[in-house]
Amino acid sequence: MDLLNALVALANFVLIPALAYGSQLALGALGVTLIYAILRFSNFAHGDTMAIGTMVTIFVTWGLQALGIGLGPLPTALLAIPFGILGAAALLLLTDRMVYRFYRAQKAKPVILVIVSMGVMFVYNGITRFIIGPDDQSFADGERFLISARDFKAWSGLDEGLALKSTQAITVVVAVLVVALLFWFLNHTRTGKSMRAYSDNEELALLSGINPETVVRVTWVIVAALAVVAGTLYGLDKSYKPFTYFQLLLPIFASAIVGGIGSPVGAIAGGFVIAFSEVLFTYAWKKVLGYLLPASLAPDGLVQLMGTDYKFAVSFVILIIVLLFRPTGLFRGKSI
Amino acid sequence: MSFDDRGNRDLSIGNPAGMGEARPVRGGHERAALGGPFLIGEAMTGGYGRGADILHGCTIAVERGEIAVIVGPNGAGKSTAMKAVFGMLNLRGGSVRLDGEDITALSPQARVRKGMGFVPQTHNIFASLSVEENLEMGAFIRKDDFRDTLEQVYELFPILRDKRRQAAGELSGGQRQQVAVGRALMTQPKVLMLDEPTAGVSPIVMDELFDRIIEVARSGLPVLMVEQNARQALEIADKGYVLVQGANAHTGTGRELLDDPQVRRSFLGG
Amino acid sequence: MRALGLFALVAALILGTGVLQSWNSALIILNMGLVSAIMSLGVNLQWGLAGLFNVGVMGFVALGGLAVVLTSVAPVPAAWAAGGGRAIAALILGAAVITLAALAWRGLAHRRRGLAVAAILLVGLVAFRWVLDPATAAIESVDPAATGYLGGLGLPVLLAWPVGGLLAAGVAWMIGKTALGLRSDYLAIATLGIAEIIIAVLKNEDWLARGVKNVIGLPRPLPYEIDLQQTPGFAERAAGMGLDVTTASTLYVKVGYSLLFAAVLVAVLVLAQLALKSPWGRMMRAIRDNEEAAEAMGKDVTARHLQVFILGSVLCGIAGAMMTTLDGQLTPSSYQPLRYTFLIWVMVIVGGSGNNLGAVLGGFLIWFLWVQVEPMGQWLMGLLTAGMADDSAIRNHLLDSVQHMRLLTMGVILLLVLRFAPRGLLPEK
Repeated sequence: MDLLNALVALANFVLIPALAYGSQLALGALGVTLIYAILRFSNFAHGDTMAIGTMVTIFVTWGLQALGIGLGPLPTALLAIPFGILGAAALLLLTDRMVYRFYRAQKAKPVILVIVSMGVMFVYNGITRFIIGPDDQSFADGERFLISARDFKAWSGLDEGLALKSTQAITVVVAVLVVALLFWFLNHTRTGKSMRAYSDNEELALLSGINPETVVRVTWVIVAALAVVAGTLYGLDKSYKPFTYFQLLLPIFASAIVGGIGSPVGAIAGGFVIAFSEVLFTYAWKKVLGYLLPASLAPDGLVQLMGTDYKFAVSFVILIIVLLFRPTGLFRGKSI
Repeated sequence: MSFDDRGNRDLSIGNPAGMGEARPVRGGHERAALGGPFLIGEAMTGGYGRGADILHGCTIAVERGEIAVIVGPNGAGKSTAMKAVFGMLNLRGGSVRLDGEDITALSPQARVRKGMGFVPQTHNIFASLSVEENLEMGAFIRKDDFRDTLEQVYELFPILRDKRRQAAGELSGGQRQQVAVGRALMTQPKVLMLDEPTAGVSPIVMDELFDRIIEVARSGLPVLMVEQNARQALEIADKGYVLVQGANAHTGTGRELLDDPQVRRSFLGG
Repeated sequence: MRALGLFALVAALILGTGVLQSWNSALIILNMGLVSAIMSLGVNLQWGLAGLFNVGVMGFVALGGLAVVLTSVAPVPAAWAAGGGRAIAALILGAAVITLAALAWRGLAHRRRGLAVAAILLVGLVAFRWVLDPATAAIESVDPAATGYLGGLGLPVLLAWPVGGLLAAGVAWMIGKTALGLRSDYLAIATLGIAEIIIAVLKNEDWLARGVKNVIGLPRPLPYEIDLQQTPGFAERAAGMGLDVTTASTLYVKVGYSLLFAAVLVAVLVLAQLALKSPWGRMMRAIRDNEEAAEAMGKDVTARHLQVFILGSVLCGIAGAMMTTLDGQLTPSSYQPLRYTFLIWVMVIVGGSGNNLGAVLGGFLIWFLWVQVEPMGQWLMGLLTAGMADDSAIRNHLLDSVQHMRLLTMGVILLLVLRFAPRGLLPEK
């Protein structure tokens, strides 16, 4: 019984939250890694792209809620995501046209584009705060729990409850769908293959008649979709605050690099590695150990390796460890 | 150097791999120019960018069904001559004509659409793509069904059929060259241009590659080739060009050049 | 010539603030401008001279702030008695664990070392927490409302400035050793991460510097205004200059800071210029422009990069200490990457990468704009919304949002400069 209780507690406080968080990080890291593979720079504005796209989703959600349109038990935001993607894609394409394209034509080095993306980051950050403000916004609705802790206890007769928030379930399901779609696109469509070809060898792609501008535009649209889905899922699961999205940049970069920056599979693996290590290191193991150990050995303290505020430190240490062993990341990165 | 990266090579922010130097250029216009050989770069003079001239009135031509080979000492401008025909450098004099059209003003990308298949010396495959995907990318500009061409390439290079699901970068040097040639053939070009196709492969593989190239030429597709291995190349050549310092030194059939005492002395080691 | 003109423009902007707004505001801008210029010089040293991409400026600035607390605040004897010794022991243990791990990494065979190092670190972490936790609990329970931390050494506050540099140097050495030593360079992500960690430590380790409870009332190198006002003769002198005594005292203190900061800036600038023109600077530029060639000539590129990375970080640390001294308090939650990392980058790029004078100019100019965009925006919004009804929601939203205009403006300025003057206002020669 104690073993079951321990397992349930572990699932409730570690596995499920880490799985959801990992999915969000993986989607974010996929966006970063695609830009890195095709446009060849690390986009510092990615966190703010997520924030701005989610903001559009939130406004549409509010509108739909006001009109009384919804999905019943599912959050209305799912309906609004396509609008968010449209908004973000329009913004990214406009930014590319007005900002990045010039440097591409100049064959500017990647570092220059990174600095350019800092400028874009400032602008996006300003726009988000200007329109929606810096505060927390709530836009989640629908059924809150798929399984509530009380129901689970009543059903299983265990002391520990297992709660599965509907947002967590939705996060994982949507992430799986999006990733499957992305991989199908990259591996089985002409455009997807041309993106991989361009990433691999720009010059030869040009000689094969692949139009770089088309590749770049398609990339931005995909990145917009990934960013908005990741941002909306994160906002549903936790909460929407522009600054939090800006701060997601570090775990997202860490995920992308741990997995092998430029490699989509790596981005996903990296997202889960980072999420699970953050949760494992900052979880207070008192409860689980209390069930597993005999009463005499039960710990007094929280048995928490690090405070939750140090979750960045965990991503960072994992990053350094992986880079020491495999400088190219878990999956050899750099081209998709 | 307005956009200097200050020597930064931080891989966590920039991805230099696969980044080319070439810029997409919109092609100019071709003009009708009847008569003359099938493909000719005539009296070409020019160099890279604003640099000094490398070619000085150099002429290279190839007829239907022929193999033309450019040989010469290191630094003679062999590859440069071929790149000039393909439009990769600025010509200050001369012209390039293909199949009755003057294409001097066209960009390399436009020349591919005009029917020039070009295999660069290095970085000539998509290493992370599978063999079959490499070939599909070769046919990217084609809107029609290219399965027949794919089949023809597999017949020409049977090994590629066996390895079609494998990443091209994992293949041996000779097999990679086959992928590279196969990719160029996928456009169904009117002329095939190879820049040192046997660079870095073993002699046995080289012989096999040459056999395949002869086979391609027999099918009616003219081949223009730059070669380091002058003797072997001239043996299969219908026409040979010996370049010295960016200018034509000797021209003739492969046999003539091989028999020319002067050519033998200076380039073929007696 | 161009430099002279642009510096004159900045001077005119600050003087204009004095005339149009108040001399107090002008001096506030000037003082932070001086500090910003030093940070900007630090980043310029790394990016301009060596192409190193440091996006963890915030962390080094915050270390400078910590240095002020650790150096100048009076020690809290009760806290030291409660757990000081144990806390120090824990820190020594932590350092020992890391050293051991590094030694194991170097000494052990390739295959086993990963597991061994991981085991050492995990056991070390548990042991470290086991020693540290009771100590921190004891320290933090000592009069938590007022202290609850160990305090500092009680030394003169000016000493904190070099100490800030030293702290920054130590951390920079560790990052540089790890990130620059990797087979490929990963400095950007490393600095981004370490900066967040430093801020997390500052926010959470209450025993060290009170965390988010802030340390206020830090010692000052200059007299307090209130003391000045009570100094005999000060009021008369103020009156002689036509100022009331309160204004005169605030101006006196601010000008005092300006002089102190200007002295540091001039010293740093002269050193930076000398370094740039020295054989060392020429070598750095040679490495930057052609690493392979420099390496072939026997230059140890990694060591030189480490050197210049540490030097640049030291400047950020010193500037951070100066800033905290000026503020008179350490507020860890005020450290935001946009403000303390990316804004400094805007200063460097706008000023002119690789040009020390440019960095200084960028520091002043961008800081001025950062401060003044808000009032300008307010004025603009007032104009735009003048026609709207007083209770219009749009009008109120627009007026409320003015504070976010500065981010937008900084982004636009950076993008415009990158596009139309990519080498900055004062390009490198």
